[in-house]
Amino acid sequence: MANTPDYSWPPMDARKIMGKPYKRLDGPQKAAGRAKYTSDLKMKDMLFAAYLTCPHAHARITSIDTGAAEKMNGVQAVLVIAEAGKELQWHGQEVAAVAATTEEVAREAILKIKVAYEVLPHFVNEADLAKAASRGKAAGEKVTGDPEKAIQDAEAVSDGVYGIPVITHCCLEPHGCVIQWQGDQVMAWPSTQFVTGWAGTLAPNLKVPAANIKVKMDYIGGGFGSKFSPGAWAEVGARLSQKAGGKPVKIFLDRASEQQIPGNRPSAFGKIKIAGKKDGTITAWQSDTWASGGFAGGGQPPLPYVYTNIPNTRLNHVSVSVNAGPSQAWRAPNNQQASYLTCSAIEDFAAKVGVDPMVVFDKNAGYTPRAEQYQYQLKKAAELSEWSKLWKPRGSQTGAVRRGLGIGVNAWGGAGHACEARTTINPDGSVLLEMGTQDLGTGTRTIMTQVAAETLGLQMGQIKLAIGDNSLPPGGASGGSTTVGGASSATRKSGINALAKLFEAAAPALSAQPEDLEAVDGTVRVKSDTKKSMSWVAACKKIGPGGKISETGANEQRNPMGLNSGGAAGVQVADVSVDTETGLVKINRYVAVQDCGLIINPRLAESQIYGAIIMGISTALFEERIMDNLTGRMMNSDMEFYKLAGIKDIGDIVVHLDIREVNDKRGVIGLGEPPAIGICAAVGNAVANAIGVRVPNMPMSPMHVLNTLEGRNA
Amino acid sequence: MQSFAYGNPATIQEALALLAAKWGEADVLAGGTDLISLMKEHLHTPKRVVNIKNIKELEGIQKTDAGIRIGALVTLDELAKNADVKAAAKSLSDAAAAIPSAQIRHMATVGGNLCQRPRCWYYRQGFGLLAMKDGKSMVPDGANQYHAIFGGGPAYFVSPSSLGAALVALGAKIKLVSAKGPREVPAASFFVAPQDETSREIALHPDEILTEIVIPAGAVRSATYEVRQREVLDWPLVTASVVLHMRGNVVASAKVVMGYVAPQPWDSAEAAKAIAGKAITAETAEAAGKAAVASAQPLSQNAYKVTLARVAVKRALLEAAKQKV
Ligand SMILES: Cc1cc2nc3c(=O)[nH]c(=O)nc-3n(C[C@H](O)[C@H](O)[C@H](O)COP(=O)(O)OP(=O)(O)OC[C@H]3O[C@@H](n4cnc5c(N)ncnc54)[C@H](O)[C@@H]3O)c2cc1C
Ligand code: SF4
Repeated sequence: MANTPDYSWPPMDARKIMGKPYKRLDGPQKAAGRAKYTSDLKMKDMLFAAYLTCPHAHARITSIDTGAAEKMNGVQAVLVIAEAGKELQWHGQEVAAVAATTEEVAREAILKIKVAYEVLPHFVNEADLAKAASRGKAAGEKVTGDPEKAIQDAEAVSDGVYGIPVITHCCLEPHGCVIQWQGDQVMAWPSTQFVTGWAGTLAPNLKVPAANIKVKMDYIGGGFGSKFSPGAWAEVGARLSQKAGGKPVKIFLDRASEQQIPGNRPSAFGKIKIAGKKDGTITAWQSDTWASGGFAGGGQPPLPYVYTNIPNTRLNHVSVSVNAGPSQAWRAPNNQQASYLTCSAIEDFAAKVGVDPMVVFDKNAGYTPRAEQYQYQLKKAAELSEWSKLWKPRGSQTGAVRRGLGIGVNAWGGAGHACEARTTINPDGSVLLEMGTQDLGTGTRTIMTQVAAETLGLQMGQIKLAIGDNSLPPGGASGGSTTVGGASSATRKSGINALAKLFEAAAPALSAQPEDLEAVDGTVRVKSDTKKSMSWVAACKKIGPGGKISETGANEQRNPMGLNSGGAAGVQVADVSVDTETGLVKINRYVAVQDCGLIINPRLAESQIYGAIIMGISTALFEERIMDNLTGRMMNSDMEFYKLAGIKDIGDIVVHLDIREVNDKRGVIGLGEPPAIGICAAVGNAVANAIGVRVPNMPMSPMHVLNTLEGRNA
Repeated sequence: MQSFAYGNPATIQEALALLAAKWGEADVLAGGTDLISLMKEHLHTPKRVVNIKNIKELEGIQKTDAGIRIGALVTLDELAKNADVKAAAKSLSDAAAAIPSAQIRHMATVGGNLCQRPRCWYYRQGFGLLAMKDGKSMVPDGANQYHAIFGGGPAYFVSPSSLGAALVALGAKIKLVSAKGPREVPAASFFVAPQDETSREIALHPDEILTEIVIPAGAVRSATYEVRQREVLDWPLVTASVVLHMRGNVVASAKVVMGYVAPQPWDSAEAAKAIAGKAITAETAEAAGKAAVASAQPLSQNAYKVTLARVAVKRALLEAAKQKV
């Protein structure tokens, strides 16, 4: 193309709005409770839905009678989800739903639905693979090089067993929507990570054209990978609405269902052997892993993680089906498991050969796709964690409370998704930026506004932004850390395109060619003679009354034009203290060195990393889905025994964003997921370093730590 | 939650008239931090809810010759901050202060704390207090990581009140009243291990109200040591409350009571005996900790709690020894 405009980012030192630490634009609204999340919505005639769920881990419905519920005062619709004859595969699976005038009536009504079950045998704990028998499905063995020979020839071989349990999503706002189905029109207010795609996924289920489904969402109370699809509840809500004569229905999962129905992070267990030289060089890897994410089995973590080019490897994996709720993407799916298994095994190998793990991770960096980057980060993380001063060889400490340091690594893509922005410039100078995207709390609103202001030479307050509506130009799904790259690039392009039109309108008045103009500091001026200038508003007047400029710009994944790219790396170090008498683990300090591309807003970028680390420490110390073999139930589907970290449990967080110019040149790279990956790995390694033995199973709870110290890991 | 009638009495007599002879008819409402959840889960489905928060007689903390009187409606926050309680019964004061969170401490009352229902997840999911299936408790072979290591069944839940162990160790008295008149039970016999599904875990009768507790006067050293996994909104895994009567540097007599290890606060005479006549040192405290758990019977998943109980007893003794009275 001859006339492709120059969309490239302004040079680092020329940026006026980008690169500045603006606070989230919607922060005050959220802090004051004025921001309305979908679960806050109240509408005229709105009905409340409640679910009846299966009390057994595996059962067949023999009969279901909704008569008494339908007759109840206030009940407006009853929907049977699982008819007689249907086999249900887990405790908590949906059986029926009711919509009523109040939440109380709906909850009482579901208790009046009579269901008879034939109870069937269940299997709910995959930790012991030997017990899984026919429920395990083996993936084909993968071999590279000659692992047998490499292990035989090795100077040292370490063996370890590791396990990371199923954890559940815990969004503050549960899954659900408000939905209204009248005739062939559907209006929906979901809680979703994909406003633009929501209608298209739901449409075939309702047999309504996607074009007839209007979707609006202002705020979402957490997604983390669990809110891409509309979910079964959207269809159930729509059908209840239709049955109730088209009244809006609010359908949200309660906390117990929230932890059972909408998906979890699958477990991963592994027996891993690493072979190598006494100096810490790794020569072979062998892993036998198994995992479960519910009835459909579990994904295979990519092993060996980051150190992908270990020459001789043998990998076996078994996916186990259990009678429990399904899995969903969870902030870097499969990567936390992979990082935990890999980094634990490397740390154990380092302990076996008696070499500082910092040296072993560094020495083997050649096996990673970006050796220099990881080596740079290892050094930086060592410096910030005072590694050379604080680290002691494994098992060399005495006393009740022992301190330990451990390493975890991450790798991620994070290139921008496909999406489109529209910039409208009005003759009065006002600017509207639109995209059917969503702000997950990550700051999408803020960074889009920064990019638009930077591009148009305006201030933040001069840009009006509209998102969260599927009639706007298409946004992408906010997953895979792809939003910031996509939304910023598309905003940049639509801004440049709109400016080009504005320059055409203003050029004659400045006796210049449109391509010689620039928009800077609220003016439109001639690049080569900046005294020839007019105010932004005067320039916009030249559009002419009744006219406006409205230009789109799209990010294309195949050709991001240098505006964004993928490939982030990170190294983290956990510094913990373990009370060996009580098994309590406390975080002293957590260091995260994260490579990133061009940073649009350093405050928001750091905030992503803080959030990731808080979430990760919670998983490393506390979180675990506890399944009972006898009843087949999840025993802790609540916020009481499903333990989430509080702010006092976190310790100090030290974030180092690697904002070197080499990284800036790579364009924008998403940051949501990579810093969340290596935390179980780092904390587990720090605990092993402190107490002298490997605690195989996450989380690092007093039970697991004491079981290890007292030899009860059978 | 099932619909219910609501009573708002201003005196104990009015309140008692609204209670019933059988469990299930009426429930007393104090701070509501437990009762509301029980009702939402349909574990309690009272026909009548009797709010006692307007009964002035149930409020306040007073120091008398007999000891310290703590009204049933005193909030955990008031209890934790009261100077007399801090001075005379540090173990109780600390236990109250450690209950999370600030919101709960401001709502929850002492009476409600002692009468709250167990947090056993089988009970809370509707399998009954003893979690019986085919005549046998499911707990010993089930998910029991937070369950009892003493008592030997048939009840395996743990007493949920972290004030309980402190009160038993202090030799507190609990005062109850029904239409027939008042009665007093030692804290040690207020908490009981139910033997069948229809019995309760406390000595309170359905037609009674807990009116106050009394901490006997006397100079003692006391301490509570709690093992909590999280700093926020968490239950203790194990606690130990100790009371020491000293003769010079030597323990004349002691009370050692563990919490969250049995269906009632577990008074360990063995530990008290182990420390009696000795000065408290790391070694003697360790020995008392060992004695405290010598007869523990852990279930399939909770052997770690035996270690926690041993360590909690040791650390509580060491802490009490540091105290000045
Ligand atoms: C997240 C969380 C963590 C917690 N951690 C702890 C902890 O660490 N330690 C701890 O001890 N507790 C803990 N609690 C429990 C809390 O302390 C209790 O819920 C509270 O003390 C109950 O007091 P209340 O006044 O709200 O009782 P309510 O909820 O009003 O009543 C509870 C029960 O007692 C009965 N009752 C109340 N007052 C009387 C009376 N005067 N006479 C007769 N019957 C009465 C009621 O009928 C009801 O059955 C925790 C609770 C939560 C939610
Ligand atoms: S603790 Fe939970 S319910 Fe209470 S205010 Fe906070 S978020 Fe709301």
